[in-house]
Amino acid sequence: MFKILHKRLLTGVTKLFVVEAPLVARRAQPGQFLIVRVREPGERIPLTIADYDRSAGTVTIVVQEVGKTTRLLGALEEGEAILDVVGPLGRPAELPETGRVVLVGGGFGVAPLLPKARALKERGVHVTSVIGARNADLVILEEELGARSDRMLVATDDGSRGRKGLVTDVLRDLLDAGEVVDEVIAIGPMIMMQAVAEATRPAGIRTLVSVNPIMVDGTGMCGACRVTVGGQTRFACVDGPIFDGHAVDFAEAIRRGRMYRAEEQEALRVWEAAGCPR
Amino acid sequence: MPKIRPERLTMPVQDPKERRRNFREVALGFTPELAREEAERCIQCKNPFCEDGCPVHVPIREFIDLLQRDDPQGALAAILRTNALPAVCGRVCPQEDQCEKLCVLAKRYQPVAIGRLERYVADLARDAGRAVAPRRPRGPRVAVVGGGPAGLTAAGTLAGFGYRVTLFEALHTVGGVLMYGIPEFRLPKDIVRAEVEGIQALGVEIRTDAVVGQSPTVDELLEEGYEAVFLGTGAGLPRFLHIPGENLDGVYSANEFLTRVNLMGAWRFPEWDTPVRVGRRVAVIGAGNTAMDAVRTALRVGAEEAMIVYRRSPAEMTARHEEYEHAVEEGVQFRFLTNPQRILDDGEGRVRGLEVLTMELGEPDRSGRCRPVPVAGSEHVLAVDTVILALGTSPNPVVSRSLEGLEVAEWGGIRTDEHGATSRLRVYAGGDAVTGAATVILAMGAGKRAAQAIHRDLAQRGEAVGG
Ligand SMILES: Cc1cc2nc3c(=O)[nH]c(=O)nc-3n(C[C@H](O)[C@H](O)[C@H](O)COP(=O)(O)OP(=O)(O)OC[C@H]3O[C@@H](n4cnc5c(N)ncnc54)[C@H](O)[C@@H]3O)c2cc1C
Ligand SMILES: Cc1cc2nc3c(=O)[nH]c(=O)nc-3n(C[C@H](O)[C@H](O)[C@H](O)COP(=O)(O)OP(=O)(O)OC[C@H]3O[C@@H](n4cnc5c(N)ncnc54)[C@H](O)[C@@H]3O)c2cc1C
Ligand code: SF4
Ligand code: SF4
Ligand code: FES
Repeated sequence: MFKILHKRLLTGVTKLFVVEAPLVARRAQPGQFLIVRVREPGERIPLTIADYDRSAGTVTIVVQEVGKTTRLLGALEEGEAILDVVGPLGRPAELPETGRVVLVGGGFGVAPLLPKARALKERGVHVTSVIGARNADLVILEEELGARSDRMLVATDDGSRGRKGLVTDVLRDLLDAGEVVDEVIAIGPMIMMQAVAEATRPAGIRTLVSVNPIMVDGTGMCGACRVTVGGQTRFACVDGPIFDGHAVDFAEAIRRGRMYRAEEQEALRVWEAAGCPR
Repeated sequence: MPKIRPERLTMPVQDPKERRRNFREVALGFTPELAREEAERCIQCKNPFCEDGCPVHVPIREFIDLLQRDDPQGALAAILRTNALPAVCGRVCPQEDQCEKLCVLAKRYQPVAIGRLERYVADLARDAGRAVAPRRPRGPRVAVVGGGPAGLTAAGTLAGFGYRVTLFEALHTVGGVLMYGIPEFRLPKDIVRAEVEGIQALGVEIRTDAVVGQSPTVDELLEEGYEAVFLGTGAGLPRFLHIPGENLDGVYSANEFLTRVNLMGAWRFPEWDTPVRVGRRVAVIGAGNTAMDAVRTALRVGAEEAMIVYRRSPAEMTARHEEYEHAVEEGVQFRFLTNPQRILDDGEGRVRGLEVLTMELGEPDRSGRCRPVPVAGSEHVLAVDTVILALGTSPNPVVSRSLEGLEVAEWGGIRTDEHGATSRLRVYAGGDAVTGAATVILAMGAGKRAAQAIHRDLAQRGEAVGG
């Protein structure tokens, strides 16, 4: 059991947890993820390591409630425990040593930018962070990420905070204004990462994305997480989750991510009909 | 001496028409009367060849003798001396190629049903509750990585010597393939759990959710004071065919399909949280034990039709004969000499069919085996909506790529000497991680040999139990 030491609501459906997991904290690096199982007989779901504290033996996760398992997790309180937490899984991000980097985050993807921004700042890399959400209430971690970035830009769909539009609009503005960008790192929904990759493709700017396919074991045993990168089949859990955004077959990845849509809705319906039992 | 009954006694099984739709165990086990009568068939050879056929040398003659004298507890004690997982082995060992193959009766009659008797003894004892007083070893610490048959056996053996053993397992449950691969209807999970508890009672500490190589690493374990590390990480990496359409919705590796159903309990969805989707017509590619398990599981989770597609002939099938027969009885179809070419898209990213080519047996090659060659113009489409690839697996590279100086063969297997020592001092390995996908009992044998080697090597350095 892995104890929740701290919980914070970032939005109505986005929750931050600091969890006691010494084995994970000990070797976690930016870009890696973990797998949790909330309860018996629960699903194994992957979550990015948003931050870690080696001396305290804790990791931070940020969960966006989208279905049954993330809602079960979101309902846990401080002092309660998560049944299984395993990691760090995947390969660490290979971050640049110098230059100017733009970090792009959407949804829960803002959180995992935190350790990357910290690591980049420590190396003296110039960091611009671009985050987006539907409206001002859903913008998360602006302050924390801003503190670790040289520049912080926000976009909302309705313009209630920052520029009206999408994160890719902000990115395009920068590129159109002739800004020098050596590398872009994008984390968030597949569709957003695809748009970012398309925005940087013409200029040939190296763009790293953190793909989030459906996973089961997270150790390379099942192949559920396979994505096509540069025409080759790769397992996101052991070869990734970070890949070259210009080489990822996003259309396939997005389609595979929806494979269980009907079952997911069914699970949610049955669970809600039963009064959402813990 | 009474005349020997030439045929072995058959074990009652669930009616195929019933069982093809449920997950209860197919084979129901001997009754005491049947077991007694089967035990009587053993002639108690002076030179029991059967034991030479068993990779862990179960004292077969002795345990059957005890059964003949109506002492099942004594029989169990005898088996446990060399085999910590008798209820598992009695069910899944390829006995026909091992102990039973060498039974003297096999020359003229059917061999003694050694596996069935072993299962009977183990089940009887479990039902009676195996009350072992928990032990607390005090010796030096040894780490075991991987909770499959190899790791469990190594851990149990080392704890028996008196070492303090910690077993690290990547998944949330130990058992390895016994939990995630072999289905409930062939090996009920309660049985695996009970056998694992038996090993825990020897004093083995189990730590699940720990992927060694990621955290902790083997080097960290050695620095933390584990005197030796045993790697029993199995061969879990699934192979794909690399044909077009492999990433369509409805294409699974057998490992994913079986893991969803067995480990994650998807057959109980939505009460259990993990889903699995199997369509109306399922093709499983391959013809080993894994393929048989996948195809029979597909029927049980609701497929209307399920078939095996295999590019060679029945003679080359590697599945146990009994599993093949059970599959036939349950209505599984077999398409031999049929080679998959590509998987067809329904236009929305789901499987609509499997295009195959008919093969025929060509001239024998140098090894004497007839190689299948394609029949020109024989392309045709099997109308299926789910394709499961059971093409074999190779060792998972997570541990080996994290450990400097560990020699690994080109195909991924960890290199060891005949005792299980690797190229790294204090690091040992065994089971599928070394041999590639093999059998439960061979993995157990390797775990045991490595445990003995660890004990001997530590003794030489004056670090062993009592040293
Ligand atoms: C490497 C990686 C890192 C991730 N990091 C985060 C994170 O930091 N925070 C966060 O909120 N979410 C993260 N996700 C996504 C998260 O795993 C899914 O939202 C979660 O599994 C949904 O489960 P559910 O039962 O609540 O929803 P469901 O109703 O089951 O599914 C909703 C959607 O989530 C996706 N999904 C479903 N099951 C899985 C699964 N087993 N594995 C992966 N995706 C699945 C599907 O695309 C599905 O359409 C990450 C995914 C990956 C692969
Ligand atoms: C579907 C199927 C059916 C089979 N049927 C039969 C049969 O009928 N009879 C038979 O004799 N054999 C059968 N086999 C083969 C048999 O199951 C294997 O040969 C045997 O389980 C190998 O044992 P092992 O301990 O080496 O590895 P495994 O059983 O694979 O166990 C390895 C364990 O190590 C864990 N692990 C891996 N990497 C790490 C890591 N880095 N850190 C921590 N833990 C890790 C894994 O999660 C796993 O639990 C079958 C195999 C399959 C897949
Ligand atoms: S362990 Fe397997 S090979 Fe050995 S006696 Fe038992 S069934 Fe036969
Ligand atoms: S070889 Fe057969 S008959 Fe002889 S002891 Fe073994 S089981 Fe009994
Ligand atoms: S999640 Fe199973 S191989 Fe990646």
